[in-house]
Amino acid sequence: MIEVINVSKAFGGKMILENVSAIMEAGKTNLIIGTSGSGKTVLMKCMVGLNTVDRGQVKYGGEDFTAMSDRERKAIREQIGMLFQGTALFDSMTVEQNVFFPLDMFTNLSYKEKRRRVESCLDRVNLMEAYKKYPAEISGGMKKRVGIARAIVLNPKYLFCDEPNSGLDPQTSMVIDKLIKEITIEYQITTVINTHDMNSVMEIGDHILYLYNGHKQWEGTKRDIIFSKDDKLNHFIFASEFLQDAKEMRQIEIMENRQAQEPPLAD
Amino acid sequence: MFFYHFGKYLLMLKGMWSRPESLKMYWKELMHQCVEIGFGSLGIVMIISIFLGGVTTVQTAYQLVSPWIPKTTISMVVRDTLILELAPTMVCIVLAGVVGSKIASELGNMRVSEQIDALEIMGINTKAYLILPKILAALLVIPCLVIIAGFLGITGGLLAGELAGILGKEQFLQGLVKNFNSFNVFFALIKSYTFAFIISSISAYFGYYVEGGALEIGRASTTSVVVSCILILFADYGLAAILLQ
Repeated sequence: MIEVINVSKAFGGKMILENVSAIMEAGKTNLIIGTSGSGKTVLMKCMVGLNTVDRGQVKYGGEDFTAMSDRERKAIREQIGMLFQGTALFDSMTVEQNVFFPLDMFTNLSYKEKRRRVESCLDRVNLMEAYKKYPAEISGGMKKRVGIARAIVLNPKYLFCDEPNSGLDPQTSMVIDKLIKEITIEYQITTVINTHDMNSVMEIGDHILYLYNGHKQWEGTKRDIIFSKDDKLNHFIFASEFLQDAKEMRQIEIMENRQAQEPPLAD
Repeated sequence: MFFYHFGKYLLMLKGMWSRPESLKMYWKELMHQCVEIGFGSLGIVMIISIFLGGVTTVQTAYQLVSPWIPKTTISMVVRDTLILELAPTMVCIVLAGVVGSKIASELGNMRVSEQIDALEIMGINTKAYLILPKILAALLVIPCLVIIAGFLGITGGLLAGELAGILGKEQFLQGLVKNFNSFNVFFALIKSYTFAFIISSISAYFGYYVEGGALEIGRASTTSVVVSCILILFADYGLAAILLQ
């Protein structure tokens, strides 16, 4: 579990995050959503320590990450896997070498054991065919899958994904979303995802945090979104008429399901 | 501004010293950098040093017009000019362009494409893993390149002397060993170590702290070459003033 407590962050006098608090639960996909410039990426970078917080705390399993020394942080970071928006794969290494890298750096496993883990991770993300290829030779969706494989190879407790669907077609986005969701449940990871892909929100959002101008505007589940009365959230999520219609249809569907499940009233 | 950059540069150097996460991986990276810096620039070093030696021979002969000056003086001048100045300084100025821009653009690209962030998230000290092997590799390999440049420069001088009919091989070799001062070689090595440190650390600094995109990477690469060249010339004068008094 990750706790974000009253986190504030400013750049050059401009407040980017102001008193943001949230709890990211284990075994769930926690989504941070918001418009561009709302502070999603800054919040994620504060959580992983790439940005220092001006005020507030970030706690990993109850331990205050913001107050830790570099050495203590290193121990936490070894439990973190991260998928970057641009994948951040090492250009000079093949797909296989990219996934091998964390194992070579942090474990004393035998080559055979490392190879077994790399193969199982690449198999898990359906990438057995791209073993020997370089990142420049594979598609965007495949790069994301390599990024996921590299992020999970050390069996992390926490998985961060910064806009995992950016630049992908809807079908590939769904594949990536499903993969992240499955991995989260399978390994009981605390997963935090930054996104503005509404498909992801409605498909895999167990816990959703909506940021607006650096503030926490709304928090809830994907089901709560359907009935939310928050104007800003509704404007953001259901921006087009098509999505508004879809929301209304979904509301009706849920209401009908509820009525069907309720026992008939006695005369 | 100067003190801001100088302080940040010193902090970067200080940040490189930490316990390696995996000695094997650091060793692998060091060897990789030795190959990149050494073999990567061997060709250009060979070409420029042969021509530097040749040109020095021809120009020295052109200036020594008095019949009272023996021809062997030409090879003495060529030898000392190459060892004291041309091999270490000229070669390192060329290496500032070849190696320095490569280091700056490689680190800059890693920074912009979030590869450095990815390493940080894994818990790796990126300064130690990315910068230290480059500096150590430059300190190991650049003095070797300077020695090679010295030998090839003298060979170039000998060839040019014979081809232009200025002086024969025998005369050239006689002058080469005449009044040879071994301290000059020591001085050249001190210069090459100093310049290797300047080239690698300055370009690493500008590459590591790039902010922005492709344009900024190019700018950082150019700035690193310009600053390295200026510092090389400053250090060149400083070392000469201190050690050759």
